[in-house]
Amino acid sequence: MIEVKNVSKTFGENKVLDNVSAIFETGKVNLIIGASGQGKSVLAKCIVGLHEVDEGSIFYDELDFCIMSPEDRRKIRTEIGMLFQGSALFDSMTVEQNIIFPLSMFTKMSKGEMLDRANFCLERVNLAGRNKLYPAECSGGMQKRIAIARAIAMNPKYLFCDEPNSGLDPQTSILIDALIKEITYEYNMTTIVITHDMNSVIEIGDHINFIYKGQNWWQGNNKTIVTTDNKEVVDFVYASDFMKQIRSKLA
Amino acid sequence: MLWIVFSKPEKFKIFRKRTFDEIQTIGINSLPIVALMSVFIGGVIALQTASNMDNPILPDYTIGFITRSSTILELSPTIISLILAGKVGSNVASEIGTMRITEQIDALEIMGVNSLTYLVLPKIVAAVIFFPILITFSMTLGIVGGWISLIIADLSTTETYLIGIRYYFKTGDIVYALTKTVVFGFLIVSISSFYGYYSKGGSLDVGRSSTQAVVSSSIAILVANFLLTQMILL
Repeated sequence: MIEVKNVSKTFGENKVLDNVSAIFETGKVNLIIGASGQGKSVLAKCIVGLHEVDEGSIFYDELDFCIMSPEDRRKIRTEIGMLFQGSALFDSMTVEQNIIFPLSMFTKMSKGEMLDRANFCLERVNLAGRNKLYPAECSGGMQKRIAIARAIAMNPKYLFCDEPNSGLDPQTSILIDALIKEITYEYNMTTIVITHDMNSVIEIGDHINFIYKGQNWWQGNNKTIVTTDNKEVVDFVYASDFMKQIRSKLA
Repeated sequence: MLWIVFSKPEKFKIFRKRTFDEIQTIGINSLPIVALMSVFIGGVIALQTASNMDNPILPDYTIGFITRSSTILELSPTIISLILAGKVGSNVASEIGTMRITEQIDALEIMGVNSLTYLVLPKIVAAVIFFPILITFSMTLGIVGGWISLIIADLSTTETYLIGIRYYFKTGDIVYALTKTVVFGFLIVSISSFYGYYSKGGSLDVGRSSTQAVVSSSIAILVANFLLTQMILL
């Protein structure tokens, strides 16, 4: 479980996060949603320590991440898998080398064991046999799946996905969502997904945090979000005319 | 930044492999340009010296002596380092800068890898080890270039040139030149890594970081050259 308590973050004069508190439960897909520029990516980067918080605390299973030494943070980070918006695969390495990389850095596995693990992870994301390709030779959807394979290589306790569907077609997006959901339940991970893709919200949102003006404005799940009367949430969910028509019909 | 760069690498085996990869990229891949520049610089120095040697008091072997001294003391360590600041500096800054803007450095950090040590330390070690080898190679080729140009232009003989390049030879000059080279190698890679690592924005900004890296490295080389010459030779 990850708990965020009263976190604030300011860049210059701009207060991006304002006293945000949230709980991200284990074994669930926890979503952080909101319009662009509301602070959801900054919140995620604060949680993983890429940004330091100005105020507040972040707990990883009751360990305060904000006051940890850099060494202790590194230990926690070996338990984190992260899927970046642009995949962030190492372009000088093959698919297989990308997946093996964290294993070679932090485990004492033999080369054979690492290869077995890489093959298992690739099979898990339906990319068996693509070991020797370079990221530049793979499509956007494949790159996302390779990034997921790399993220799960170390059997992480925590999985972060930053806009996993950005730039993907609807069908590939559905596949990626399904994969994130499956591995979360399969490995009982604490998964946090940052998205503004409504399809993902409805499909995989076990718990949803709606960030608005730097605050955790609304919390719920994929069922309550379609029925809530919260104006800001309604404006976000039913932004298009098509969705507005659906809402009026539902009403 | 440097304090973190010199932290203990996570795995020595990976650090060693990356250092050899960087020796290939930074050092061995620079051999052709260094060879070409050195031969021509040596050749031009020998020709210019010969063209100004109209005083009968000066012995003929002075051409070889001046070519050797200029090449060893200044041209190879400083001019070749300035050229390497352009080639290696832009390469290092753009490689690390691209990794920064494509979130590859963030990915390393999230995995728990000390990205500065992983990315920058092997480059610094490779430069500090291989730059002196490159410059020794450059000195040799500079002197050979001088000899070839004199023979082709028929301005001196091999015997006279050999007397000149051996005349009043001091081992201290080589030590001075290689000491400078080690410092220049360190400056080029660390300054370029700094600009790359702290790149922000998109591809245009990476280009800007590369340019700044080359300019700053070149200025640092010139200043360090002045200070080291005062410290060591005077």
